[in-house]
This record gives sequence, C-alpha cells and structure tokens, in this order.
Amino acid sequence: MTSASFHATGDVVDTSGRRGAHELLALRRVPAPRPGRWLASAFLLVLLAQFLHGLVTNPGWEWPVFREFFVEGSIMRALGLTLELTAYGTALGFSLGLVIALMRLSGSWLPASVGWLYVWVFRSVPLIVQLLFWFNLAYLYDRLSFGVPFGPELVSVPTMRLVGPMGAAVLGLALHQAAYAAEIIRSGIISVDRGQVLAAAALGIPRRRQLSRIVLPQAMRSILPNAFNELISLLKGTSIVSVMALGDLFYQTQVIYGRNGRVVALVMVATIWYVILTGLLSVLQYYVERRFARGGSRALPPTPRQRLRAALSGTGKAAR
Amino acid sequence: MNTPMVEIVDVHKSYGATSVLKGVDLVVNPGEVTVLIGPSGAGKSTLLRMINHLEKADRGLVLVAGELIGYRRAGKHLRELREREVLRQRTGIGFVFQDFNLFANLTVLDNVAEAPRSAQGRPAKEVYPLARELLERVGLADKADAHPRQLSGGQQQRVAIARALALEPKLLLFDEPTSALDPELVGEVLDVMKSLAATGTTMIVVTHEMGFAREVADQVVFMADGRVVEQGPPQQLLRTPAHERTRAFLNKIL
Ligand SMILES: Nc1ncnc2c1ncn2[C@@H]1O[C@H](COP(=O)(O)OP(=O)(O)OP(=O)(O)O)[C@@H](O)[C@H]1O
Ligand SMILES: [Mg+2]
Repeated sequence: MTSASFHATGDVVDTSGRRGAHELLALRRVPAPRPGRWLASAFLLVLLAQFLHGLVTNPGWEWPVFREFFVEGSIMRALGLTLELTAYGTALGFSLGLVIALMRLSGSWLPASVGWLYVWVFRSVPLIVQLLFWFNLAYLYDRLSFGVPFGPELVSVPTMRLVGPMGAAVLGLALHQAAYAAEIIRSGIISVDRGQVLAAAALGIPRRRQLSRIVLPQAMRSILPNAFNELISLLKGTSIVSVMALGDLFYQTQVIYGRNGRVVALVMVATIWYVILTGLLSVLQYYVERRFARGGSRALPPTPRQRLRAALSGTGKAAR
Repeated sequence: MNTPMVEIVDVHKSYGATSVLKGVDLVVNPGEVTVLIGPSGAGKSTLLRMINHLEKADRGLVLVAGELIGYRRAGKHLRELREREVLRQRTGIGFVFQDFNLFANLTVLDNVAEAPRSAQGRPAKEVYPLARELLERVGLADKADAHPRQLSGGQQQRVAIARALALEPKLLLFDEPTSALDPELVGEVLDVMKSLAATGTTMIVVTHEMGFAREVADQVVFMADGRVVEQGPPQQLLRTPAHERTRAFLNKIL
C-alpha cells in the first residue's frame, strides 16, 4: 500500500509473527553517525593546537616578564582595589536599585516618578562624566553640612575628607549601577505571575513578606543572569576609575609598562586576571542560579560533580 | 434569626464605562453552601473577590459575620481600612482560585504553613503539625516536600484548599475550583469540598458542576448581567426555574 512506502525512511519490519521483532530486540543500540560533527571537532582541535603552540613558542608574548609581574606586590594591591570597587559598586548599586525598582512599581505617583527620573538621569550621564563630577565635588561645595532642611546646621565636614577619590569612585559606580540594577530587578518582579501576589494578598500575608518570601525569590530566576552580566561588566568597567588616578588593576599595569615598555606581557597580566575572576564569577553564577531554580518549570540538570559521581559509580547508561 | 455569615447589600461595581455589578444583594447563613452560577461575564468572580476586598465596591456594603469588610464608619464617612487591617480581615476568609496560584518557589508544606506563620504570627512548631494534618486531610501527606509544579492539577487544587483551611477561616470562597482540571481530576477536588461541606463550613462556590450543586448546595444563585436573577434551593432552581433567562442558561449547561 502507498501509506507504508510513503514515509518509510526506516526499515519496514514484518512483526506479524513476532519473530522479526524478537530479532530486533536483541540488537545493541548505537548512536546515529554524525560525520559533520566529527569533521568540525577535528578542525577546531587543529585551530586550538595551533593557537596554543603560538602562545608558547612566540617570544613576543614575553612569558618570563609575565611571570615576574603576575603576582607582583603592586599588581596584587591593584587587584584588591578592583575587587573592592566591584564589591561596593555591586552591593550598593543593587541595594539602591531594589529601592528604585520598588518605587517605580509602587502605585503612588510621586515615588514612581522619582524612580523613573532617577533611571532616566543616571542612564543618560556617561559614567566617566559622573565620576569626574563626584571627584570635583569639592570644587562646587567645599563643605558638606547636615542639619534641618532650611534650618540650623548640625555637622559640617570638608567635602574632600568625606568624598576622597575612593569615595567618589564608589559613589559614581554605585549610583550608575543602581539605575541598571533597578531596571533588571523591576523586569524580574513584573515577570512573576500576578496570581502569586493575589493569592498572598487573599491569605492576608503582609506586603513586605509577600515580596521577600514569594515575589523576589521567583523574580531571581530572571534577575540573576542579567545581574551577573552587570557584575562581570562592572569588574572590568572599574578600570574607568583610572581617570581619577586610582590604581586599579588595569591602571597599575599601565604604570608598569610605561616604565619598562613591555606592553604585551603586562596587558596579558591584566587579561589573565580578568579571565580568572570572570571564570570564578561564572561558576558562582551557575550555583546561585541553581539555588533559585528550585520549584521552577524546568528540571535541573546534574552538576558536574554529580555527573562525575554518576560516571564513576559505573552506571554507564546514566551518562547517556 | 442570628447574624448571617455573609450579607451583601446593593453592591455596584464598574470598570471604566462597563458596569459589571448593578446592585447585588445576597445573604448566606452560617454553615450553608451557596453555589453561584451564571454565564461568562455575569460578574461572579468580581462579586466573590469583593467579599474579601480583593476588589472594592463602588457602592454598597459587604459584611462577613456582621463585620463591615474593607471600611469603617468614621463620622459621616466610610473610610477605607488600612492595608494591615484588610489583610487581617482576609485571614478569616479562605479563597481558592481557578488556577490554584500555589507559591511556586515553596514546597507544598510551606505553601500551607506560610499564612499561619506570617499572617497570624503563629509559631512554627505549632503550624507545621497543623499543615501536615491538613495535607493528610486532602490526601496529600506524602507530597509535603514536593514543589507545586511536580503535582497534577487536582493535587495542586487540593493543596490550595489545605492552604486556605490553614487559617481556620469562618468562610471559604471558591472561584471555579475545577474549571482548570482534566475531567478525571474534577472528582477528587469535589470530594474534598463535599467533606468540607459536611463538617458545616460556610462556603460560596462559583461552579458549573451541577451534580455538586444538587448534592451539597443549600441555595443556588443564578446571576446574569451583574444582577441576581433568581435564587433558591437546588431542587427548585435547577428543576423548575422561574425565569426564562435561568431556563435558557440551564438548558445550555445541563
Ligand atoms: N480588571 C478588570 N478590568 C476591566 N474589566 C474587567 C476586569 N475584571 C473583570 N472585568 C469585566 O467584568 C465582567 C465580569 O467579570 P467576571 O470575571 O466577574 O465574570 P464571571 O461571571 O466570573 O465570568 P466567567 O464565568 O467567565 O469567569 C466581564 O465583562 C469582564 O470583562
Ligand atoms: Mg470568573
């Protein structure tokens, strides 16, 4: 009949006597051949080998210089500063970002407008302009006072003492980060099904608890990938503070190659550190995302460790 | 006669230009089961949500066990209650949604335990045994540690019922609790609801399960176009409806 030959790309098997089926059931299963995949893999391996070979044998990379400076004291201090700026920028930026996101989502028009205005302004002003502004704040206001608005002043400090270069850098990075963080958090919150809040309200769960226990944990699923993007981008973005002569990782390598002229080796020092830190953050991201994926609609794949353990325990079938 | 469990007086509601409720009056006595039926868009969900102030009435009053819901008298005004007071009122009224709305990030047990802990401030060591007992009652003791998405629709709805019961409410509201379920799962949810009715819980149920209405309802209320058209005991309303509108609707769904 036509129907059989119409789509019979596999074997047409006569199982009427059950003999044919028995014979097939006894056969071992092997994966479909994928010649294209093999070819592509071989090609990639050759490219990779060639690249590594070049890295090792080309004297232009100056690996001895690299080794000399990779964990050198001033580089380590600069690395510390980079990490510090990233940590403060992220922590303060996302805390303020949460507040702004909640303002934007509040039903009341004044907080919503102020939140909107904040995001508008701080996404508009280039970070470098903002940093220069905070750094030169002392030029605009040489003393900062705290007191009753329009009334008597209680404390007054020289601006330079309160907002040094480090303070200006943290302030600038955090305020800038907060605008982006606010939008990331807001997008996460509005992606949570409205029924969740409705159910919580119907059960009389207090507003703050609705947010911390039900909405934010679910929002995290969509917040986290974007947040780690921002975090990693900030890690490298901190190099912008070199405009204020702050010695972060990149600035310090510049100082050193300015002295000894070994540009390639020192740029590699910074690059490798950034690669390592980004790698660590990516691993952290993997596990943090898993933590918040519980109860989600996708089943969690095993972690590398679980996969290894499964492979070692000998059940070859479990590893596909 | 003692205080009704629910008293709805001349409730009106419109969304923009569309008038959804046009003066609804309804009384539900303690221990009674009221089944609310009517065509789509009749305003059944809106009315049900008004009973626990998830929707605000434009005009009219809702009283639960004699207590004015959502407002208090302040001199010449009816002043809306603060959110905290509204939340407190809601803890006395259980609500079961058509699409369950279980908290996706919490386990089944935590779903049931959450409101007694955070809305009523009861200690964990008192709440968790209660939560397990309720799960047992809806036949899901073995699913306590599962997440909602790992359950079937019928199981999820039974958890949602247990969650509503955890506050020990004086009144339970159901908005089409079986409409999102595959036919073979409807029975298990209705069974739980029937057992609740048998224990004398006051319930208002929006449903088109006429078997349930016939078996457990004390009164059936037919709504259309934002009004109560007709109400009465199930035998009378379902067999010999007085209004043409009711007859037409029943012919369509029976
Ligand atoms: N938030 C809203 N904004 C605007 N219109 C709404 C809103 N909620 C409900 N409505 C309208 O109010 C009317 C009544 O809605 P309601 O959900 O109460 O009907 P229902 O009787 O529950 O219908 P169904 O059987 O389909 O659930 C509908 O016409 C609906 O479109
Ligand atoms: Mg409805």
